[in-house]
Amino acid sequence: MTVQSSGGADTAGAPGVGVQAVRLIGRVWAWLFLLALIAFFTATAPHFFDLFNFQAMGANTAIVLVLALGQTFVIITGGIDLSVGYVMGLATVVISLIMQNMVGYPLPVALLAGMAGGLGVGITAGLFNGFVVARLNVSPFIATLGTLGIAQGLAFVLSGGPPVSIQIPGLGALGNGYVVYWHSTFGLGLFGLPEGVTGPEMRNVRSFIPLQLLYAGVLTATCAYLLSSTQFGRHVYAIGGSAKAALRAGIPVKRDLFKVYVLSSVMASLAGLMYVLRYTGGVASSGDALLLSSIAAIVIGGASLFGGEGRIGGTLVGAMIIAVIQNGLVLLGIDPFWQYAAVGAVIILAVLADQAKLRIVR
Amino acid sequence: MSESSTTAILSCRGMVKRFGGLVAVDNVDLDLAAGEVLALVGDNGAGKSTLVQMISGVFRADGGTVSLDGEQKVFASPEDARAAGIETIYQDLALCDNLTAADNIFLGREIRRRRFGLLPGLDQAEMRDRARTVLDELHIRIPDLNAPVRALSGGQRQAVAISRAVYWQARIMVMDEPTAALGVPEQRKVMDLIRLLKSRGVPVILISHNMQDVFEISDRIFVMRRGAKVGDFPTSATEPNEIVRAMIGG
Repeated sequence: MTVQSSGGADTAGAPGVGVQAVRLIGRVWAWLFLLALIAFFTATAPHFFDLFNFQAMGANTAIVLVLALGQTFVIITGGIDLSVGYVMGLATVVISLIMQNMVGYPLPVALLAGMAGGLGVGITAGLFNGFVVARLNVSPFIATLGTLGIAQGLAFVLSGGPPVSIQIPGLGALGNGYVVYWHSTFGLGLFGLPEGVTGPEMRNVRSFIPLQLLYAGVLTATCAYLLSSTQFGRHVYAIGGSAKAALRAGIPVKRDLFKVYVLSSVMASLAGLMYVLRYTGGVASSGDALLLSSIAAIVIGGASLFGGEGRIGGTLVGAMIIAVIQNGLVLLGIDPFWQYAAVGAVIILAVLADQAKLRIVR
Repeated sequence: MSESSTTAILSCRGMVKRFGGLVAVDNVDLDLAAGEVLALVGDNGAGKSTLVQMISGVFRADGGTVSLDGEQKVFASPEDARAAGIETIYQDLALCDNLTAADNIFLGREIRRRRFGLLPGLDQAEMRDRARTVLDELHIRIPDLNAPVRALSGGQRQAVAISRAVYWQARIMVMDEPTAALGVPEQRKVMDLIRLLKSRGVPVILISHNMQDVFEISDRIFVMRRGAKVGDFPTSATEPNEIVRAMIGG
């Protein structure tokens, strides 16, 4: 006795070569697209294919990527977190206010206090989102739109509007420094200039791996593991696939949703921390424009806004595609406003590719 | 009419469920013996689903007791009932379409392991191996274990749901219209699976509207009408007309 399909054999039998090929292309098309973009800009834009340009791109896109990491979990559950931009902004303001009031303390002490404040913002906002979504059953779009407004209001009230800057020496190095420095005569330096380099010699130091990229890399690896290899990650996919089935299987759906929204807000506050380190200060609206880019990165990376599909690797490549388009267009001397149009076009292309894939594989 | 409760694995006494003024289930007794297939039939709204949902922990009974192996149980949730060995196969399957067959079999009860003795993680290879074993045991052929179950046919998906219950050593299987959404050949396969469960000593409560299936597979037919039990017939000693008469109260 064998249970196998008799009605629908074409879709349910062993996957054909065509279907497997489509699956493979569906998984890697974004990477292929990224390579094509890099090839295109290498051929057309001066100074594009250059290690230092790539490092600058990485440093510039690190914050958007971190914002998108937590959002990826939310989107896979079938939700959305519109509040991340202003939760990040509020975190930059709170971190900056705390640290600015601790001028005179050693940097690590002030930084820890600031981080505690920033994480406090993230955890509070996440618990609030989780409560409204999971307990009060408000749609994630509306719930997080409300939180967006609250965080925006608080951020402007606390900061008074203009940027809050921090005058603590050494802070900017944590946001703008590199992991590796190299000087032909003074040798190698890790997390700082090689010993003995002073004055005009500093100009001859070559630097590798921006710290911003290191921070984003560590967070990306952590989130990738959490999503792909833990029970929590599996439950995130299950909730997005069918919340009802997840509930019937005994998965604590409400508690997991709390975790997902807290993760998203905590990532937003860490993005805020990275912003503070980079610009030695906080701005209420610092994350406003990044919300759309972060969601775009996730969608380009193959996640479905209906939930159940998405990967951290996809989000990473999505963020890289956006960074390359923005950077390449600037180097081509094209009006920066066209960046928005180009990214928008790629989002639509990504969704179309995804639909085509589903139609063939189904 | 019913057998003595000493041989019953499951024994329900005086089950009552009210929704506002409506009495959905009215003082119903039900017994189920090992390896027995009990068909639960009745017109729409007769209370069949409500009755089994009290057994499977979805609804809290307003009255009555459920005993498993003579021990009285109170199920606060479907997880409680499942932990006691009562597995329910729902009409709409309760599978996550975006996950693989193995993921679905272990859904909510994943096998975990520590990576490098430290990081909490999933033992995906072990889950896939065990899924393969249970599917083979039930003679279920899933062509691609790495494919999401939405790529499978309705019958295969039903088979995945059943193998999940088997893997977790269901003591009792409750199936609410398991063939309703399937084409005819696939219905046959599900019938074969029910027979296999029976041969393994797992009793089945089968809710079905399909008289042909009911007569083909059941040992006993339990008829409900307007919330009450109106008949309990050994399948071999009755015929469809008698059942239909009992259902509609002729």
